[in-house]
Amino acid sequence: METGALNGAKKNRLFVNLLLVFVVVVLAVIPLYVARDAEFEGADGKAEEAIAEIKADYEPWFSPVFEPKSSEIESALFALQAAIGAAVIGYGLGYLRGRKKKEDEQGT
Amino acid sequence: MSKKLQLTAGLVLMLTVMPAQAFAMHIMEGFLPPVWAASWGVLCIPFIVMGLSSINKTVGENPRLKIILAMAGAFAFVLSALKIPSVTGSCSHPTGVGLGAILFGPTAMSVLGLIVLLFQAVLLAHGGLTTLGANAFSMAVAGPLVAFATYRLVKKAKGPQWLGVFLAAALGDLMTYVVTSVQLAIAFPAEVGGFGASLGKFMGIFALTQIPLAISEGILTVLIFNAIAAYGKDELKGLNLLQKEG
Repeated sequence: METGALNGAKKNRLFVNLLLVFVVVVLAVIPLYVARDAEFEGADGKAEEAIAEIKADYEPWFSPVFEPKSSEIESALFALQAAIGAAVIGYGLGYLRGRKKKEDEQGT
Repeated sequence: MSKKLQLTAGLVLMLTVMPAQAFAMHIMEGFLPPVWAASWGVLCIPFIVMGLSSINKTVGENPRLKIILAMAGAFAFVLSALKIPSVTGSCSHPTGVGLGAILFGPTAMSVLGLIVLLFQAVLLAHGGLTTLGANAFSMAVAGPLVAFATYRLVKKAKGPQWLGVFLAAALGDLMTYVVTSVQLAIAFPAEVGGFGASLGKFMGIFALTQIPLAISEGILTVLIFNAIAAYGKDELKGLNLLQKEG
């Protein structure tokens, strides 16, 4: 009976987690419908305009040391950044999970 | 009925499509006058120094925490690479600094956040080297500080763990961009209305842009925190984060 309850709790947690992921996805999709005509460009590009509005004669005094040649290359680099992070998180979670499993087997 | 519907639809469209200037990411290279760029950089130094010694201490006392530290850094890496659309019609990205701040304290996260910003400034032309100090102050100092304080407050008020994690991450995210707009408003006071007008301009929109992202960040942080808590109980106990509950 105890294992049954445990499984129930596990299933419940899975459901809650999936629900939370779903909420995150919805939060990202809603704007596409709310602001239909928007271009969804990066906000930092728009900031240049905002600054130009406040202080028209401002000239950036330094340019990036390296600038991706195209938005495709930039996306690739951003994807790379996310991939590196995700890989580390995945490795860490797998490591912890495996260790816990081993400890549980030995412990009880 | 259809007239009413048309009117409502029209109003909704008008309100949502209204051109909004949005600023919600790191300050671009060269876009902060040298004085300010340098000042913010100097302000960050004590936090980075404290962070380095805090990390040394944590890892020295418990080497097993290294893997979790790496995961906290990686979480910030992933989240700040995700540009997500927001209701204002532009994209911004979360910061991911809340998790590390809760786990290892705000200054440790300053170091990790700085690494993320450096990567983006050098390789992605996102943010910048001259604005690194200002961006580090908002994302790696102010954000984590707020996240940490929020988590502590919720704990003190005996709030549930998930609520503490959620609020910490969400408010830390929001605070990062509030500080960014303060930094810009100081550097670029409007001719009419000065600092206040500029601040209103930068904040007005961008509080909006960041709010859904802050909520997302809060949720994602709860998810990853729970995952780490499920498998790494010993580590979290070592960090005094888990009370004896299970």
